[in-house]
Amino acid sequence: MKKPRTMKLSLPDEELVGSGNLACQGCGATLAMRYVLKALGQRTVLCIPACCWSVIDGPFPHSCLDVPVYHCAFETAASTASGVKAGLEMVGDTETTVVAWAGDGGTFDIGIQALSGAAERNDDIIYVCYDNEAYMNTGIQRSSATPFGAWTTTTPVKHFKNRPKKDIDAIMAAHRIPYIATASIAYAEDVYKKAKKAKDIQGTRFLHIYAPCPTGWKSRPEDSIRLARMVVQNSIFPLYEIENGEKYTLSIKVKDKKPIHDYLKLQGRFRHLTEDQIKFMQEEVDKNWARLLRKVESSD
Amino acid sequence: MIRKKEAKKIVFQSEKEMPMMPMSLGSMLYNKTGAWRNIRPVVDLENCIQCGICWKFCPDMSIFIENEFPYVNYDYCKGCGICAEECPVKCIAMVEEEK
Ligand SMILES: Cc1ncc(C[n+]2csc(CCOP(=O)(O)OP(=O)(O)O)c2C)c(N)n1
Ligand code: SF4
Ligand code: SF4
Ligand SMILES: [Mg+2]
Repeated sequence: MKKPRTMKLSLPDEELVGSGNLACQGCGATLAMRYVLKALGQRTVLCIPACCWSVIDGPFPHSCLDVPVYHCAFETAASTASGVKAGLEMVGDTETTVVAWAGDGGTFDIGIQALSGAAERNDDIIYVCYDNEAYMNTGIQRSSATPFGAWTTTTPVKHFKNRPKKDIDAIMAAHRIPYIATASIAYAEDVYKKAKKAKDIQGTRFLHIYAPCPTGWKSRPEDSIRLARMVVQNSIFPLYEIENGEKYTLSIKVKDKKPIHDYLKLQGRFRHLTEDQIKFMQEEVDKNWARLLRKVESSD
Repeated sequence: MIRKKEAKKIVFQSEKEMPMMPMSLGSMLYNKTGAWRNIRPVVDLENCIQCGICWKFCPDMSIFIENEFPYVNYDYCKGCGICAEECPVKCIAMVEEEK
Protein backbone atom coordinates (compact mmCIF):
# COMPACT_ATOMS: atom_id res chain seq x y z
CA MET A 1 0.00 0.00 0.00
CA LYS A 2 0.95 3.61 -0.56
CA LYS A 3 2.33 6.19 1.81
CA PRO A 4 0.13 6.64 4.85
CA ARG A 5 -2.06 9.70 4.59
CA THR A 6 -4.85 10.64 6.89
CA MET A 7 -8.33 10.66 5.51
CA LYS A 8 -10.13 13.93 6.00
CA LEU A 9 -13.86 13.35 6.11
CA SER A 10 -16.00 16.38 5.33
CA LEU A 11 -18.72 15.30 7.77
CA PRO A 12 -18.61 13.88 11.31
CA ASP A 13 -18.37 10.10 11.33
CA GLU A 14 -21.18 9.52 13.85
CA GLU A 15 -23.93 7.50 12.11
CA LEU A 16 -27.47 7.66 13.46
CA VAL A 17 -28.95 5.87 10.44
CA GLY A 18 -28.02 2.21 10.36
CA SER A 19 -27.42 -0.34 7.62
CA GLY A 20 -29.95 -3.06 6.89
CA ASN A 21 -32.70 -0.50 6.31
CA LEU A 22 -35.41 -1.08 3.72
CA ALA A 23 -34.65 1.73 1.26
CA CYS A 24 -34.24 0.90 -2.42
CA GLN A 25 -30.77 0.90 -3.99
CA GLY A 26 -29.51 4.46 -4.45
CA CYS A 27 -32.31 6.07 -2.41
CA GLY A 28 -31.82 9.80 -1.90
CA ALA A 29 -34.19 10.01 1.06
CA THR A 30 -31.85 7.86 3.15
CA LEU A 31 -28.92 10.17 2.47
CA ALA A 32 -31.01 13.19 3.40
CA MET A 33 -31.76 11.60 6.79
CA ARG A 34 -28.13 10.59 7.26
CA TYR A 35 -26.81 14.13 6.75
CA VAL A 36 -29.52 15.85 8.79
CA LEU A 37 -29.06 13.51 11.77
CA LYS A 38 -25.30 14.00 11.64
CA ALA A 39 -26.02 17.68 12.20
CA LEU A 40 -28.80 17.38 14.78
CA GLY A 41 -27.23 14.63 16.88
CA GLN A 42 -28.80 11.99 19.05
CA ARG A 43 -30.86 14.34 21.20
CA THR A 44 -33.54 14.48 18.53
CA VAL A 45 -37.09 13.16 18.21
CA LEU A 46 -38.46 12.40 14.76
CA CYS A 47 -42.16 12.51 13.88
CA ILE A 48 -42.59 10.58 10.65
CA PRO A 49 -45.95 10.39 8.87
CA ALA A 50 -46.78 7.74 6.28
CA CYS A 51 -44.09 8.02 3.56
CA CYS A 52 -41.17 5.97 2.31
CA TRP A 53 -39.28 6.76 5.48
CA SER A 54 -41.88 5.01 7.63
CA VAL A 55 -40.98 1.87 5.68
CA ILE A 56 -37.22 2.44 5.37
CA ASP A 57 -37.00 2.60 9.17
CA GLY A 58 -37.97 -1.08 9.43
CA PRO A 59 -40.81 -3.20 10.85
CA PHE A 60 -41.72 -3.23 14.55
CA PRO A 61 -39.91 -3.87 16.86
CA HIS A 62 -36.88 -2.85 14.80
CA SER A 63 -35.64 0.56 13.72
CA CYS A 64 -32.59 1.54 11.69
CA LEU A 65 -32.57 4.92 13.43
CA ASP A 66 -30.64 5.59 16.61
CA VAL A 67 -33.07 8.32 17.70
CA PRO A 68 -36.66 8.02 18.94
CA VAL A 69 -39.22 7.88 16.15
CA TYR A 70 -42.91 8.67 16.45
CA HIS A 71 -44.82 7.21 13.51
CA CYS A 72 -47.86 9.41 12.94
CA ALA A 73 -50.78 9.73 10.54
CA PHE A 74 -50.12 11.01 7.02
CA GLU A 75 -51.54 14.51 7.47
CA THR A 76 -50.18 15.16 10.97
CA ALA A 77 -46.38 15.51 10.79
CA ALA A 78 -46.31 19.14 11.92
CA SER A 79 -49.08 18.90 14.50
CA THR A 80 -47.50 15.77 16.02
CA ALA A 81 -44.17 17.56 16.27
CA SER A 82 -45.88 20.59 17.86
CA GLY A 83 -47.48 18.26 20.42
CA VAL A 84 -44.24 16.40 21.19
CA LYS A 85 -42.49 19.74 21.65
CA ALA A 86 -45.21 21.00 24.01
CA GLY A 87 -45.04 17.74 25.98
CA LEU A 88 -41.27 17.96 26.34
CA GLU A 89 -41.54 21.55 27.50
CA MET A 90 -44.05 20.52 30.15
CA VAL A 91 -41.56 18.09 31.63
CA GLY A 92 -38.84 20.71 31.47
CA ASP A 93 -36.89 19.39 28.49
CA THR A 94 -35.79 22.30 26.33
CA GLU A 95 -32.71 20.57 24.89
CA THR A 96 -34.28 17.98 22.61
CA THR A 97 -34.72 18.97 18.98
CA VAL A 98 -38.15 18.01 17.65
CA VAL A 99 -38.28 17.23 13.95
CA ALA A 100 -41.19 16.54 11.65
CA TRP A 101 -39.83 14.46 8.78
CA ALA A 102 -42.20 14.09 5.83
CA GLY A 103 -42.21 13.39 2.12
CA ASP A 104 -43.42 15.85 -0.51
CA GLY A 105 -46.94 14.38 -0.52
CA GLY A 106 -47.11 14.70 3.25
CA THR A 107 -45.91 18.30 3.01
CA PHE A 108 -47.16 19.92 -0.20
CA ASP A 109 -50.55 18.18 -0.20
CA ILE A 110 -52.10 16.44 2.75
CA GLY A 111 -49.95 17.85 5.56
CA ILE A 112 -50.01 21.47 4.47
CA GLN A 113 -52.79 22.47 6.85
CA ALA A 114 -50.95 21.15 9.92
CA LEU A 115 -47.71 22.67 8.64
CA SER A 116 -49.30 26.05 8.03
CA GLY A 117 -50.82 25.97 11.51
CA ALA A 118 -47.50 25.18 13.16
CA ALA A 119 -45.72 27.84 11.11
CA GLU A 120 -48.34 30.46 11.88
CA ARG A 121 -47.93 29.75 15.62
CA ASN A 122 -44.17 29.66 15.03
CA ASP A 123 -43.95 26.43 17.01
CA ASP A 124 -40.40 25.51 17.93
CA ILE A 125 -39.89 22.60 15.53
CA ILE A 126 -37.77 21.75 12.51
CA TYR A 127 -39.87 20.56 9.59
CA VAL A 128 -37.93 18.61 7.00
CA CYS A 129 -39.50 17.74 3.66
CA TYR A 130 -37.49 15.28 1.59
CA ASP A 131 -38.73 15.84 -1.90
CA ASN A 132 -38.82 12.92 -4.33
CA GLU A 133 -41.51 14.61 -6.38
CA ALA A 134 -44.31 12.03 -6.05
CA TYR A 135 -46.06 9.64 -3.68
CA MET A 136 -43.41 6.93 -3.90
CA ASN A 137 -44.37 4.70 -1.01
CA THR A 138 -47.75 3.89 -2.51
CA GLY A 139 -46.41 3.36 -6.03
CA ILE A 140 -45.53 6.66 -7.75
CA GLN A 141 -48.64 8.82 -7.83
CA ARG A 142 -48.55 12.49 -8.75
CA SER A 143 -48.22 15.06 -5.96
CA SER A 144 -48.22 18.83 -6.18
CA ALA A 145 -44.41 18.58 -5.99
CA THR A 146 -44.29 16.56 -9.21
CA PRO A 147 -42.74 18.80 -11.87
CA PHE A 148 -44.33 19.72 -15.17
CA GLY A 149 -43.93 17.01 -17.79
CA ALA A 150 -43.29 14.10 -15.46
CA TRP A 151 -44.80 10.67 -15.89
CA THR A 152 -46.34 9.06 -12.80
CA THR A 153 -48.87 6.22 -12.57
CA THR A 154 -51.66 8.78 -12.22
CA THR A 155 -50.25 11.07 -14.91
CA PRO A 156 -49.51 8.53 -17.67
CA VAL A 157 -47.46 9.50 -20.70
CA LYS A 158 -50.49 10.61 -22.74
CA HIS A 159 -51.70 12.81 -19.91
CA PHE A 160 -48.44 13.76 -18.24
CA LYS A 161 -48.57 16.37 -15.53
CA ASN A 162 -49.26 19.73 -17.16
CA ARG A 163 -49.11 21.96 -14.11
CA PRO A 164 -45.95 23.37 -12.56
CA LYS A 165 -44.53 22.25 -9.22
CA LYS A 166 -46.03 24.08 -6.26
CA ASP A 167 -43.64 26.67 -4.80
CA ILE A 168 -43.75 25.45 -1.20
CA ASP A 169 -40.79 27.59 -0.15
CA ALA A 170 -42.64 30.77 -1.15
CA ILE A 171 -45.69 29.53 0.77
CA MET A 172 -43.53 29.00 3.83
CA ALA A 173 -41.88 32.39 3.34
CA ALA A 174 -45.33 33.97 3.42
CA HIS A 175 -45.62 32.62 6.99
CA ARG A 176 -42.62 34.76 7.99
CA ILE A 177 -40.94 31.91 9.84
CA PRO A 178 -37.35 32.52 10.96
CA TYR A 179 -35.60 30.04 8.69
CA ILE A 180 -36.24 28.26 5.39
CA ALA A 181 -33.62 26.51 3.31
CA THR A 182 -33.53 24.37 0.21
CA ALA A 183 -30.84 21.70 -0.01
CA SER A 184 -29.82 18.82 -2.23
CA ILE A 185 -28.18 15.54 -1.22
CA ALA A 186 -25.40 16.07 -3.76
CA TYR A 187 -24.20 18.96 -1.59
CA ALA A 188 -23.85 16.98 1.63
CA GLU A 189 -21.85 19.63 3.49
CA ASP A 190 -24.47 22.22 2.60
CA VAL A 191 -27.29 19.99 3.93
CA TYR A 192 -25.27 19.49 7.10
CA LYS A 193 -24.53 23.19 7.51
CA LYS A 194 -28.17 24.17 7.04
CA ALA A 195 -29.44 21.56 9.49
CA LYS A 196 -26.87 22.75 12.03
CA LYS A 197 -27.94 26.34 11.49
CA ALA A 198 -31.60 25.40 11.83
CA LYS A 199 -30.88 23.60 15.09
CA ASP A 200 -29.70 26.81 16.74
CA ILE A 201 -32.67 28.93 15.67
CA GLN A 202 -35.89 29.22 17.70
CA GLY A 203 -39.26 28.91 16.02
CA THR A 204 -40.45 26.99 12.98
CA ARG A 205 -37.66 26.05 10.64
CA PHE A 206 -38.31 24.49 7.26
CA LEU A 207 -35.79 22.44 5.28
CA HIS A 208 -36.67 21.33 1.77
CA ILE A 209 -34.27 18.62 0.62
CA TYR A 210 -34.13 17.33 -2.92
CA ALA A 211 -33.90 13.53 -2.75
CA PRO A 212 -33.82 11.54 -6.01
CA CYS A 213 -35.78 8.29 -6.15
CA PRO A 214 -34.49 5.83 -8.78
CA THR A 215 -37.58 3.65 -8.39
CA GLY A 216 -40.06 6.42 -9.08
CA TRP A 217 -38.04 8.42 -11.57
CA LYS A 218 -36.97 5.40 -13.60
CA SER A 219 -33.38 6.51 -13.28
CA ARG A 220 -30.28 4.42 -12.63
CA PRO A 221 -29.49 4.09 -8.89
CA GLU A 222 -25.89 5.21 -9.45
CA ASP A 223 -27.16 8.50 -10.94
CA SER A 224 -28.88 9.69 -7.76
CA ILE A 225 -26.07 12.02 -6.70
CA ARG A 226 -25.44 13.18 -10.24
CA LEU A 227 -29.11 14.10 -10.70
CA ALA A 228 -29.15 15.92 -7.37
CA ARG A 229 -26.13 17.92 -8.54
CA MET A 230 -27.47 18.62 -12.05
CA VAL A 231 -30.78 19.90 -10.73
CA VAL A 232 -28.91 22.61 -8.84
CA GLN A 233 -26.57 23.46 -11.69
CA ASN A 234 -29.39 23.89 -14.18
CA SER A 235 -31.28 25.83 -11.49
CA ILE A 236 -34.44 23.75 -11.62
CA PHE A 237 -33.88 23.42 -7.85
CA PRO A 238 -31.67 26.32 -6.72
CA LEU A 239 -30.14 26.22 -3.25
CA TYR A 240 -31.00 29.20 -1.08
CA GLU A 241 -32.02 30.34 2.37
CA ILE A 242 -34.87 32.63 3.42
CA GLU A 243 -34.62 34.37 6.76
CA ASN A 244 -37.74 35.80 8.40
CA GLY A 245 -39.62 35.30 5.18
CA GLU A 246 -37.85 38.10 3.38
CA LYS A 247 -34.08 37.85 3.31
CA TYR A 248 -33.15 35.57 0.39
CA THR A 249 -29.55 34.33 0.11
CA LEU A 250 -28.21 32.02 -2.59
CA SER A 251 -26.13 29.17 -1.16
CA ILE A 252 -24.60 28.05 -4.44
CA LYS A 253 -24.08 30.75 -7.03
CA VAL A 254 -24.37 28.89 -10.30
CA LYS A 255 -21.91 30.47 -12.72
CA ASP A 256 -22.77 28.94 -16.04
CA LYS A 257 -26.31 27.69 -15.84
CA LYS A 258 -26.61 24.35 -17.63
CA PRO A 259 -29.52 23.51 -19.96
CA ILE A 260 -32.09 21.13 -18.46
CA HIS A 261 -31.84 18.70 -21.38
CA ASP A 262 -29.20 16.32 -19.99
CA TYR A 263 -30.94 16.16 -16.63
CA LEU A 264 -34.23 15.13 -18.23
CA LYS A 265 -32.60 12.52 -20.44
CA LEU A 266 -31.27 10.56 -17.46
CA GLN A 267 -34.79 9.89 -16.18
CA GLY A 268 -37.39 7.58 -17.63
CA ARG A 269 -40.20 9.73 -16.23
CA PHE A 270 -39.33 12.44 -18.80
CA ARG A 271 -38.54 10.16 -21.73
CA HIS A 272 -41.77 10.94 -23.64
CA LEU A 273 -41.15 14.69 -23.84
CA THR A 274 -40.74 16.29 -27.25
CA GLU A 275 -38.12 18.96 -27.99
CA ASP A 276 -40.86 21.61 -27.97
CA GLN A 277 -42.05 20.57 -24.56
CA ILE A 278 -38.49 20.61 -23.24
CA LYS A 279 -38.07 24.09 -24.69
CA PHE A 280 -41.19 25.21 -22.85
CA MET A 281 -39.88 23.70 -19.61
CA GLN A 282 -36.55 25.48 -20.11
CA GLU A 283 -38.34 28.81 -20.46
CA GLU A 284 -40.24 28.17 -17.24
CA VAL A 285 -37.03 27.26 -15.41
CA ASP A 286 -35.39 30.47 -16.69
CA LYS A 287 -38.37 32.53 -15.53
CA ASN A 288 -38.32 30.98 -12.05
CA TRP A 289 -34.60 31.54 -11.81
CA ALA A 290 -34.94 35.22 -12.81
CA ARG A 291 -37.72 35.60 -10.24
CA LEU A 292 -35.52 34.14 -7.51
CA LEU A 293 -32.60 36.40 -8.50
CA ARG A 294 -34.87 39.42 -8.19
CA LYS A 295 -35.84 38.34 -4.68
CA VAL A 296 -32.18 37.83 -3.75
CA GLU A 297 -31.21 41.25 -5.15
CA SER A 298 -34.06 43.09 -3.46
CA SER A 299 -33.12 41.63 -0.06
CA ASP A 300 -29.49 42.84 -0.25
CA MET B 1 -28.20 2.05 23.07
CA ILE B 2 -26.04 -1.05 23.41
CA ARG B 3 -29.06 -3.20 22.74
CA LYS B 4 -29.51 -1.40 19.41
CA LYS B 5 -26.26 -2.85 18.13
CA GLU B 6 -27.55 -6.42 18.32
CA ALA B 7 -27.81 -8.00 14.92
CA LYS B 8 -30.52 -10.46 15.86
CA LYS B 9 -34.06 -10.38 14.61
CA ILE B 10 -36.46 -9.98 17.51
CA VAL B 11 -39.34 -12.43 17.49
CA PHE B 12 -42.02 -12.50 20.18
CA GLN B 13 -43.19 -15.93 21.28
CA SER B 14 -46.34 -14.56 22.84
CA GLU B 15 -48.20 -11.30 23.35
CA LYS B 16 -46.85 -11.13 26.90
CA GLU B 17 -43.32 -10.55 25.60
CA MET B 18 -44.38 -7.51 23.66
CA PRO B 19 -43.69 -4.06 25.10
CA MET B 20 -46.67 -2.09 26.41
CA MET B 21 -46.10 0.51 23.73
CA PRO B 22 -45.06 -0.09 20.13
CA MET B 23 -41.45 0.90 20.58
CA SER B 24 -38.33 -0.27 18.82
CA LEU B 25 -36.11 -2.71 20.65
CA GLY B 26 -33.37 -3.36 18.13
CA SER B 27 -31.67 -2.21 14.98
CA MET B 28 -32.16 -3.42 11.41
CA LEU B 29 -28.71 -5.02 11.36
CA TYR B 30 -30.27 -8.50 11.21
CA ASN B 31 -31.41 -7.66 7.70
CA LYS B 32 -28.39 -8.41 5.53
CA THR B 33 -29.25 -6.28 2.52
CA GLY B 34 -26.08 -7.45 0.75
CA ALA B 35 -28.27 -10.22 -0.65
CA TRP B 36 -30.07 -7.66 -2.83
CA ARG B 37 -26.91 -6.95 -4.80
CA ASN B 38 -26.33 -7.89 -8.43
CA ILE B 39 -23.06 -6.01 -8.85
CA ARG B 40 -20.43 -5.42 -6.20
CA PRO B 41 -18.07 -2.49 -5.73
CA VAL B 42 -14.38 -3.39 -5.59
CA VAL B 43 -12.05 -0.66 -4.36
CA ASP B 44 -8.57 -0.48 -5.89
CA LEU B 45 -6.65 0.84 -2.88
CA GLU B 46 -3.50 1.38 -4.97
CA ASN B 47 -5.17 4.26 -6.79
CA CYS B 48 -7.38 5.50 -3.97
CA ILE B 49 -6.62 9.13 -3.06
CA GLN B 50 -8.38 8.80 0.33
CA CYS B 51 -10.82 11.62 -0.34
CA GLY B 52 -13.72 9.96 1.50
CA ILE B 53 -16.26 10.78 -1.21
CA CYS B 54 -17.46 7.17 -1.51
CA TRP B 55 -18.01 7.12 2.26
CA LYS B 56 -19.89 10.40 2.13
CA PHE B 57 -22.35 9.36 -0.59
CA CYS B 58 -23.06 5.72 0.32
CA PRO B 59 -26.79 5.63 1.12
CA ASP B 60 -26.39 2.38 3.03
CA MET B 61 -23.60 3.32 5.41
CA SER B 62 -21.72 0.39 3.88
CA ILE B 63 -18.33 2.00 3.42
CA PHE B 64 -16.21 2.08 6.53
CA ILE B 65 -12.83 3.64 7.06
CA GLU B 66 -10.03 1.53 8.44
CA ASN B 67 -6.36 2.50 8.58
CA GLU B 68 -7.29 5.62 6.60
CA PHE B 69 -8.68 3.64 3.66
CA PRO B 70 -12.26 2.87 2.58
CA TYR B 71 -13.57 -0.68 2.73
CA VAL B 72 -16.95 -2.03 1.66
CA ASN B 73 -19.16 -3.88 4.11
CA TYR B 74 -20.58 -6.53 1.78
CA ASP B 75 -23.10 -7.65 4.39
CA TYR B 76 -25.15 -4.53 3.74
CA CYS B 77 -23.95 -2.96 0.45
CA LYS B 78 -26.96 -3.03 -1.90
CA GLY B 79 -24.81 -2.51 -4.99
CA CYS B 80 -26.29 0.81 -6.06
CA GLY B 81 -23.05 1.91 -7.70
CA ILE B 82 -23.06 5.46 -6.33
CA CYS B 83 -19.58 5.04 -4.81
CA ALA B 84 -18.12 3.94 -8.16
CA GLU B 85 -19.92 6.72 -10.02
CA GLU B 86 -18.81 9.47 -7.65
CA CYS B 87 -15.21 8.37 -7.03
CA PRO B 88 -13.14 11.21 -8.56
CA VAL B 89 -10.31 8.90 -9.70
CA LYS B 90 -12.58 6.01 -10.70
CA CYS B 91 -10.79 3.49 -8.52
CA ILE B 92 -14.01 1.64 -7.63
CA ALA B 93 -15.17 -0.94 -10.17
CA MET B 94 -18.61 -2.52 -10.18
CA VAL B 95 -18.20 -6.21 -10.96
CA GLU B 96 -20.81 -8.85 -11.63
CA GLU B 97 -21.79 -10.74 -8.48
CA GLU B 98 -21.20 -14.49 -8.63
CA LYS B 99 -24.04 -16.39 -7.08
C1 LIG C 1 -54.82 9.62 5.31
C2 LIG C 1 -54.00 8.73 4.46
N1 LIG C 1 -54.18 8.73 3.12
C3 LIG C 1 -53.41 7.94 2.35
C4 LIG C 1 -52.44 7.13 2.88
C5 LIG C 1 -51.63 6.24 1.99
N2 LIG C 1 -50.25 6.70 1.82
C6 LIG C 1 -49.26 6.28 2.62
S1 LIG C 1 -47.76 6.90 2.20
C7 LIG C 1 -48.44 7.73 0.89
C8 LIG C 1 -47.56 8.52 -0.02
C9 LIG C 1 -46.51 9.34 0.63
O1 LIG C 1 -45.91 10.18 -0.31
P1 LIG C 1 -44.83 11.22 0.13
O2 LIG C 1 -45.30 12.00 1.30
O3 LIG C 1 -44.39 12.00 -1.07
O4 LIG C 1 -43.62 10.33 0.64
P2 LIG C 1 -42.79 9.26 -0.22
O5 LIG C 1 -43.50 7.98 -0.11
O6 LIG C 1 -42.71 9.75 -1.63
O7 LIG C 1 -41.46 9.21 0.43
C10 LIG C 1 -49.82 7.53 0.82
C11 LIG C 1 -50.70 8.10 -0.21
C12 LIG C 1 -52.28 7.14 4.29
N3 LIG C 1 -51.35 6.40 4.89
N4 LIG C 1 -53.07 7.95 5.04
S1 SF4 D 1 -39.30 4.35 -3.55
FE1 SF4 D 1 -37.81 5.99 -3.85
S2 SF4 D 1 -37.83 7.24 -2.00
FE2 SF4 D 1 -38.87 5.29 -1.56
S3 SF4 D 1 -37.24 3.98 -0.67
FE3 SF4 D 1 -37.30 3.59 -2.87
S4 SF4 D 1 -35.80 5.00 -3.78
FE4 SF4 D 1 -36.24 5.72 -1.70
S1 SF4 E 1 -22.49 0.21 -4.19
FE1 SF4 E 1 -23.87 1.65 -3.12
S2 SF4 E 1 -24.42 0.57 -1.22
FE2 SF4 E 1 -22.59 -0.44 -2.02
S3 SF4 E 1 -20.86 0.57 -1.03
FE3 SF4 E 1 -21.18 1.60 -3.01
S4 SF4 E 1 -22.52 3.35 -2.52
FE4 SF4 E 1 -22.64 1.90 -0.77
MG1 LIG F 1 -42.68 11.73 -2.20
